[in-house]
Amino acid sequence: MSKTTIFNATHRALGAKMVDFGGWDMPLNYGSQIEEHHAVRRNAGMFDVSHMTVVDLRGVGVRPFLRRLVANSVDKLKVSGKALYTCMLNAEGGVIDDLIVYYLSEDFFRIVVNAATRDKDLAWIAAQAAAFGVSISERRDLVMIAVQGPQARARVLALLSPAAAAAAEALGKFAACEGDGLFIARTGYTGEDGFEIMVPETAALTFWNRLREAGVAPAGLGARDTLRLEAGMNLYGQDMDETVTPYEAGLAWTVALDAGRDFTGRAALEAQRTAGAPRQMVGLVLDDKGVLRHGQKVLTATGEGEILSGTFSPTLGKAIAFARIPVGDPGAVRVDIRGRELPVRVVKYPFVRDGRACPGI
Amino acid sequence: MSEIPGDLKFMKSHEWARVEDDGLIRVGISDHAQGLLGDLVYVELPAVGDSVQAGNACAVVESVKAASDVYAPVSGEVVEVNAALGDKPETINEDAYGEGWIFAVRPSNKDELEDLLDPDAYAELLDSEEH
Repeated sequence: MSKTTIFNATHRALGAKMVDFGGWDMPLNYGSQIEEHHAVRRNAGMFDVSHMTVVDLRGVGVRPFLRRLVANSVDKLKVSGKALYTCMLNAEGGVIDDLIVYYLSEDFFRIVVNAATRDKDLAWIAAQAAAFGVSISERRDLVMIAVQGPQARARVLALLSPAAAAAAEALGKFAACEGDGLFIARTGYTGEDGFEIMVPETAALTFWNRLREAGVAPAGLGARDTLRLEAGMNLYGQDMDETVTPYEAGLAWTVALDAGRDFTGRAALEAQRTAGAPRQMVGLVLDDKGVLRHGQKVLTATGEGEILSGTFSPTLGKAIAFARIPVGDPGAVRVDIRGRELPVRVVKYPFVRDGRACPGI
Repeated sequence: MSEIPGDLKFMKSHEWARVEDDGLIRVGISDHAQGLLGDLVYVELPAVGDSVQAGNACAVVESVKAASDVYAPVSGEVVEVNAALGDKPETINEDAYGEGWIFAVRPSNKDELEDLLDPDAYAELLDSEEH
């Protein structure tokens, strides 16, 4: 039996096509995935992301604990509300999950981890936390709505009290504040500006309806996937997992090898850094007609790789993908699509940012 | 869901076939199938002159979500393809039983039409898939 969010009946009443996602019954689209994608790129859309797991970590040992738990450095977090994207690694340097860490106070951090990895994440975190006297509480009383797009912030600010609106408007990117009983973060998974908002479950339906009345278009997981891939953002389980290090997943920028910090997986990462990672993640664009998809074989001068996330990009009107291929100059790259080898271009991603194709795409 | 036109025959794999006055058989995918696939973004057409076998894959429709083979309802020679789908694959979403046709076949054995489902039987199949 799938788990449902507080918005389940709302999605169904809007005519959503529902799918199972990580054990949750979630909206894939409300009619047209492509129209929802464009609504986010051009105006404002909202996603029910309440399936994601919000966990509060409290205790005097919470910062030392996070120094050890994650590969990015929480010592970058000095101002309350500031957020950090990072991976949580196993001892071999493989990615257990990717997550966002919010710093709220010295004895209070909040993290958001994926839905499909909830159970293993909580078990891992609990086991690691034991030595640090950190209390862990999952916040199932909070639901999460991501409001994204060039008009997203204005639409949300108009619904807030003057004080909350002022605080939310002043947020820099990757920072959060509290106001009107909401936790408002200027973060997202679409490559557009906007907020991810945590709402007490009791106030959730009212808030969703006010957003709808303000002209924010509901968008499903289908559009969320095409938007995040255009934006060059990884999806856990597809682009990386426990057999892949951040260096092999295009996530070197999230690893902080700061002096004297012994995070789990560090030794393995340093060894790989010295020896050189055997695989690299690249962006691909198919200029021919066709669609790049997960699992297709990628042929390069240095050997075979495979498509990780692949899709049709509604913004570009052609297929894009992430692929993991052997390290080195790949030369002329081809992808095997149903037995036909089609040439693709290796590009630096993101593919799309703030509504536009990036240079070189 | 839109009405299923009475002059069509269907495969269980959701292709439709329409016998035209000149004896050609026009082929597409059902409105139900396009709904399952979602927004179509690419159609791989057969070539005019290709010989196709009933039940064999001879075209591919791709949505944002997935690629799906299109099977030939009857054997014969492909005599027309809907080249307009190259630029506007979404035509299948908009008009699956009309402008969204995919190819037309000159059948080599019209008896194969007897193996296809009539509209009522296809509607029953859809009902049973939903329960």
